[in-house]
Amino acid sequence: MNQPSNIARSLLFVALTAGAVALAIADLLIGTTSVSIGQVWSVLCGATEDASLETIVLRMRLPKVLVALFAGMALSASGLQMQTLFRNPLAGPYVLGVNSGASLGVALFTLATPMMGLASASWLHSFGVTGVAWIGSAAILLLVMSLSRRVRNINTILIIGMMLSSAISALVGILQYMGTEESLKAFVVWTMGSVSTVTIDELWVLIPVVVVGLVLAIVVIKPLNMLLLGESYARTMGLNVARSRAIIFISTTLLAGTVTAFCGPIGFIGLAMPHLARITFRTADHRVLMPAAMLWGAVSMLFCTVACDVVARQGVMLPVNTITSLLGIPVIIYVVLRNSHRQ
Amino acid sequence: MIELRDITLAFGSRVLIADATATFRRGELVALLGRNGTGKSTLLRAISALGAVQRGDILVNGSPIGSMSPRELARSIAFVNTERVDVEALTAYDLVAIGRAPYTDWMGRLGAEDRDIVERSLRLAGVESLACRTVDTLSDGECQRVMIARALAQQTDAILLDEPTSFLDLPNRYELCTLLRDLAHRENKCVLFSTHELDIALSLADSIALVDTPRLVHLPTAEMITSGHIERLFDSDHVKFDAATRAITLRR
Repeated sequence: MNQPSNIARSLLFVALTAGAVALAIADLLIGTTSVSIGQVWSVLCGATEDASLETIVLRMRLPKVLVALFAGMALSASGLQMQTLFRNPLAGPYVLGVNSGASLGVALFTLATPMMGLASASWLHSFGVTGVAWIGSAAILLLVMSLSRRVRNINTILIIGMMLSSAISALVGILQYMGTEESLKAFVVWTMGSVSTVTIDELWVLIPVVVVGLVLAIVVIKPLNMLLLGESYARTMGLNVARSRAIIFISTTLLAGTVTAFCGPIGFIGLAMPHLARITFRTADHRVLMPAAMLWGAVSMLFCTVACDVVARQGVMLPVNTITSLLGIPVIIYVVLRNSHRQ
Repeated sequence: MIELRDITLAFGSRVLIADATATFRRGELVALLGRNGTGKSTLLRAISALGAVQRGDILVNGSPIGSMSPRELARSIAFVNTERVDVEALTAYDLVAIGRAPYTDWMGRLGAEDRDIVERSLRLAGVESLACRTVDTLSDGECQRVMIARALAQQTDAILLDEPTSFLDLPNRYELCTLLRDLAHRENKCVLFSTHELDIALSLADSIALVDTPRLVHLPTAEMITSGHIERLFDSDHVKFDAATRAITLRR
């Protein structure tokens, strides 16, 4: 019945992969300067003498494509883990406070340091916005993890994460109120999210860290399947729940924390794409769902950057966060409505 | 098969069961009876290593559960609780297949033998026709049977069930307990279930474990009926137990 056959699933995987490749190529071609497919090919083969073309393709567009690809996979994979762990369809990569931790780090960096006269301290600047965002999200996650060690009930952790987030946004609000106009702008720009500010040097950090997070997400496929039935069942089927929970938390920080640090908070990809994977592949088995969610994440993120590129040709630079929200929110509303019909 | 040696269980600082000793054997359906809040669930959780034991030992096939690895324990005891598993897009087949977890590799891949066991488990629980349905579309009775099929797929000597009949209508309660008895007798399993259904327990179970706070009394069903424990325990201002008719009646 209703169960799609293995052939249908394989076709879906092939179609999504093809879609991701097509969007990646489109992303390389589209921009304020048009580049042809032949030109991209010659640059990639190292057969061109045109230095400016090389700069555009290798230094500007290729990093953007790679960032979109890995950010999409990372956010979606961490969202899927959170939804299964918390058994809550509205859980996303940010439920543990990763996002607000990062924003606190950035707020302290951009808003508070000028106030305290530390803005020119060079040791601070070497961290950069990315560094402080990562430290902020890791710190909040460590806090949530240490609090959760004594907590049995997973929903209590969810509430702790949400309350911490609220407390932090209040703190960030105070900093925003007190900050100068100039520093406020720097903070707001970060909150809008961007995949094009990541440099090639930063890619060497982003990609390996995200890959480790994705590998951990694959390692917990079987634990996630067991956790579908709840922690008691998972435990009586032989799962070390505390260890699996820790791996899932670490994976989420590496994935969502790193992406947020580099690109700013990118909304709704991590929340919506696991649902699209579930709807299209019609399964709850993470052996299918995990790669499907990663692919959907990559496709959606690449789509959003291409959309940004297209708009940019008209001279309007949109923050990628606006597009991901417009794309993700209808999916969430559809899922919520569908769930309310079921009951 | 399951041996309780002088165990004491507590909920917080309140002692529920003190110095309980009992042996539950394979091939036997054991009903766990007791008033609300007397520690039936706590006992079941302790045996399946979900909860702590204050004092004493619980032995499964001769080894203390504290010394067994989670995987070993999962191959010896399966657990079914009252929680309704309501997962979107999860088929009954896939749910039962998750029960193979203590035997499968790190990815949870199913071999041909695993698939045979999953299908046999679905058949034994009488839910093979539901295999392709998603669990969120099942009725409570169907769902409970699928969860039992999952426990069967775990291929354990013992199955513990915490109030498996609580959300079912009367015919379904009898059907489910008949299934449990058949599993105990035909599959030679030790099946221990807690329940508030006195009449079902007395008519179907081979033995009764009764929580008579703070003691645990385990007797064959016929002896339990005449022992006087049930009369005393289920006696209140308005109802009494009549050993001759095995029924609870209103006082007039």
